[in-house]
Amino acid sequence: MKHPKRIGYLALLIAGVPWAGPVLADGDRYTATDPTWKAECGSCHVAYPPALLPAASWRAVMAGLDKHFGTDASLDPATHARITTFLERNAGRERGAPAKPPLRVTETRWFVHKHDEVPGAVWKSVKVKSPSNCAACHTGAERGDFDEDNLRIP
Amino acid sequence: MRLALAFLATTFLATAAALAAVSDAHAETPADFLRTYEAAARQDDSGFTGFSAQRGEAFFKTTHGREWSCASCHTPNPTVGGKHAKTDKPIGPLAPTANAERFTRPDKVEKWFRRNCNDVVGRECTPAEKGDVLTYLMSLAK
Repeated sequence: MKHPKRIGYLALLIAGVPWAGPVLADGDRYTATDPTWKAECGSCHVAYPPALLPAASWRAVMAGLDKHFGTDASLDPATHARITTFLERNAGRERGAPAKPPLRVTETRWFVHKHDEVPGAVWKSVKVKSPSNCAACHTGAERGDFDEDNLRIP
Repeated sequence: MRLALAFLATTFLATAAALAAVSDAHAETPADFLRTYEAAARQDDSGFTGFSAQRGEAFFKTTHGREWSCASCHTPNPTVGGKHAKTDKPIGPLAPTANAERFTRPDKVEKWFRRNCNDVVGRECTPAEKGDVLTYLMSLAK
């Protein structure tokens, strides 16, 4: 158990979450935006671009906001409905056989593949803290810009 | 032409008045929130004797049987910025004396009290607890 995280990723690769990854129109830049989504989903973490998960995943995330990865992120019904619609409309394409939808972007096969060259020490850095902390390296994450040109490993 | 101008002017004034009414309905001051909490606290307890900054500070800085306290994210000095205990995302200062945006929007204030009290205390906070914490925050110098 020297590299539990790596082994975890390997297991995920083998298990094969049936989610091949987002289809991007313009490099690694995501343009779909909505002021309510940006404000609500971006207050505690980067507002993850809706294209990074399929609609089934977003529906599952939105259904559990009162216990959102260990914190209460519940919303009033009107805001909840508006954001769910935005996420569904701009979600990534689902591929492969339907299975349990991933709840974390970092659990997708696409994410693991995209980050397979990142050394283990980077993930352990206090400045990164967690693979979900996009903005630690993707300096344009807040704007939906994940282009490698704007990548800076702290 | 004159009629059209008069119509435009009327429309403009009506819109401006409507917008002003809307923003008035939402904009409040920290003191307005205290009054609301005080009325509710009195209803909960007829012997209510007023809020206490000292009680609020203790509530803010200690844990309540769970992992986090308010200070875990807002820091023990709420006049400076903090960061989310889990994601590290920066959080603006919480004390209204240091951040004029704080305690001006009832929907926002109630949303965050609901969520954060659930995370920190495991239930919603009472009006007395909210009033104590706000009294403490309002007592802090910039």
